Amino acid sequence: MQLSILYFAWVREAIGNDGEAIDHPGDDATVADVIAALSARGGGYAQAFADMTRVRAALDHAFVPFETPIGKAAELALFPPVTGG
Amino acid sequence: MKHIRVGGEDFDTGTCLQELEALGGGGVASFTGIVRGGNGLISMRLDHYPAMTEAQIGKIVDEACARWPLLGVTVIHRVGELHPGDRIVFVGTASAHRGAALESCAFLIDWLKTSAPFWKKEHFEDGHSDWVEARAEDDTALERWK
Repeated sequence: MQLSILYFAWVREAIGNDGEAIDHPGDDATVADVIAALSARGGGYAQAFADMTRVRAALDHAFVPFETPIGKAAELALFPPVTGG
Repeated sequence: MKHIRVGGEDFDTGTCLQELEALGGGGVASFTGIVRGGNGLISMRLDHYPAMTEAQIGKIVDEACARWPLLGVTVIHRVGELHPGDRIVFVGTASAHRGAALESCAFLIDWLKTSAPFWKKEHFEDGHSDWVEARAEDDTALERWK
């Protein structure tokens, strides 16, 4: 099983990709665990996640805190705080 | 009536208001957001998370309908490239009385700014561009609805 990861706004620009699929990290892994693994790749990933106060997450289209377990979710999105309206 | 639209095309504010006025209520309130010029701004690009955007706006609209007796709600949000003076967003509400219409309209725009997955990037005359930073005032604005 795979987990789709989507990136938006400057997170997308730092990483240089609008998304990718990774091997599903397991139900118990948290959003923070996935971000830590991505960040460990270095380069744009480390840059995008250097200041986590500037990053937000959504799991299967709902905003979640970083300590949320991935569970059976299929899609994780990582992005800056929203600026619409 | 719940009407939600996200897309690149412009909208006619008069038509939006007339739809709400025809619902038989005693009051219609609306907010139109416009791209603010100045500081050498040439254009703005609005990105969003398509799979989440309309669902998230739907939740915000449902919350407004749970709090106030509304006859109709319209939320339109544009995406893509916009220029100073262009309309970005429209929120309109219809209710029996002005209080519910005005309050729910303010509630909806406050929540849209902090809870709908849109991001703005501004492009300036001198060639530089910046992602707009979230504003603490927008979070403060939400506090009054809690």
